Amino acid sequence: MVNALNVELRTTAMPSLVMTERENDTVVAADASGSFTLSEVSVAYGRDLVIEGVDMYVAPRSVTALIGPSGCGKSTLLRCLNRMNDELGNVKVGGRITLDGQDIMGRDTDPVELRMRVGQVFQRPNPFPMSIYDNVAYGPRTQGIRKHSELDDLVEDSLRRSALYEEVKKNLKKHAFELSGGQQQRLCIARALATMPEVLLMDEPASALDPISTQQIEDTIAELKSSVTIVIVTHNMQQAARISDQTAFMLRESMEEPAHLIEMSETKKIFTNPDDKRTESYITGRFG
Amino acid sequence: MNRVQRARFAEKVAKTVLGLMAVIVLVTAAAVFIYIVSKGYRAISWEFLTTRPLKLGREGGIGPAIGGTLWLVSLTAFFTLPIGILAGVYLSEYAPRNMLTRSIRLAITNMAGVPSIVYGLFGLAMFVMLANFKVSALSGALTLACMTLPVVITVTEEALRQVPQDLRHASLALGSTKWRTIRKVVLPASMPGIVTGSILGLARAAGETAPILFTAAVFMSPQLPRSPLDRVMALPYHIYAEVTSVPNWSENLIWGTALVLVAGISIVSVAAGVWRSIQRRKIRW
Repeated sequence: MVNALNVELRTTAMPSLVMTERENDTVVAADASGSFTLSEVSVAYGRDLVIEGVDMYVAPRSVTALIGPSGCGKSTLLRCLNRMNDELGNVKVGGRITLDGQDIMGRDTDPVELRMRVGQVFQRPNPFPMSIYDNVAYGPRTQGIRKHSELDDLVEDSLRRSALYEEVKKNLKKHAFELSGGQQQRLCIARALATMPEVLLMDEPASALDPISTQQIEDTIAELKSSVTIVIVTHNMQQAARISDQTAFMLRESMEEPAHLIEMSETKKIFTNPDDKRTESYITGRFG
Repeated sequence: MNRVQRARFAEKVAKTVLGLMAVIVLVTAAAVFIYIVSKGYRAISWEFLTTRPLKLGREGGIGPAIGGTLWLVSLTAFFTLPIGILAGVYLSEYAPRNMLTRSIRLAITNMAGVPSIVYGLFGLAMFVMLANFKVSALSGALTLACMTLPVVITVTEEALRQVPQDLRHASLALGSTKWRTIRKVVLPASMPGIVTGSILGLARAAGETAPILFTAAVFMSPQLPRSPLDRVMALPYHIYAEVTSVPNWSENLIWGTALVLVAGISIVSVAAGVWRSIQRRKIRW
């Protein structure tokens, strides 16, 4: 259970300046940021303590999968990272969470600013009832970007990064609801990318999609890894094994006690040689 | 009969009875409408719609009454829409669950249940006398606004509740404030419901007599009001006044007036309904 701390040493990537090439030869500079450090994080719904004592390190530009049975607090923990729990009311988060060294739970951190740096993709595709273009431009416009040329570039760039551009480039004014479910979800990814976040949180992004759409989302995640840190909650063990660098296994052993982080390690190790017996039972499908 | 046959029979009976009830509604509505049209259509002419009444309304037109009703409804909309919609937004999006909001909701329910004549009395005391707006379009519109307010608040709240929580979260997760989320996502998505609901509320206000009886209405007026502080003629009051106070009132013209009122309200309601269903097709979840 103390393993989480070892992981920190093992998975820390050397921060380096990564340049992402775009097709029209402009270059997006993205410095190596987007690392989360969680220490002693606990979450309570009202008086009910649901998560306790989570220590975790999320390396920049990596994919971290959160796995565990339903109700083990994966999504709740994910929402700690962009303070979306604030919006649910009655949720209290304790401990310390830093994004690139900055305490994100402190009073000086505005959740609104934080969420521009930490984007989120939800379980069900939830495009706004507006055009494809306006969906993607929503975040940048929130940030105050008004210039058409700048918005056009951001929209195209984000749609390319989420691998949707080729399918929709002929008609960006089309209503988002006319897209298929898988396309809508990639639109939601593009929408989240348009604010140029350092981190992308994904809460079971493919669970409402068919296998082909799921495959496309996974390919997109693999592409995105070079430019943004991804934390993904998934119920699908094969998916976690396919796409993630690190895997964290969470478990709430009974309703009387809160969930804990059982083990976090390189994905290969978790799936081949986990340290904890409970991880092994879960991976091999003995419960959950 | 075995069980399956019994169930099938019950199904048939249920379907027939339910369908019959629906047909009764349709027939009633059609009967009322056809009766009004058949009694009133002869009166309708451009002159009738635009000129002033003559000989205490036994002859001439109803131009000032149409104009007065339009005045009353526009002023009512002017007062009731901003307050009602913003209050609805507050109740749905911001209000915490506590004693205060519970009592606000209770107040709204009670407001909706107050008889319109009581609103008329209240308007007389409050706007005509206390605020000293005299008997005027303004006093009448404020009275009608009090009556329409609970409708607007309720339809706004309902329409906002239809917007999936997921959409709000998506906007917040993009770094939008709550207010921006409401302005850019929640309100546009719920506009069809808010607009149609409000129009139906206003249409009801247009047909009310009791609230304007002591606060706004005048029996005869040669022209349209020039300011909100003028007294106005109004369609429903015109019918009431003619039938109760004018000996030998013209049946033809009064049914014509009723037809104008009913047709006006129906046209607006149907247009609102059609517009909403077009909008709905764009917004499905």
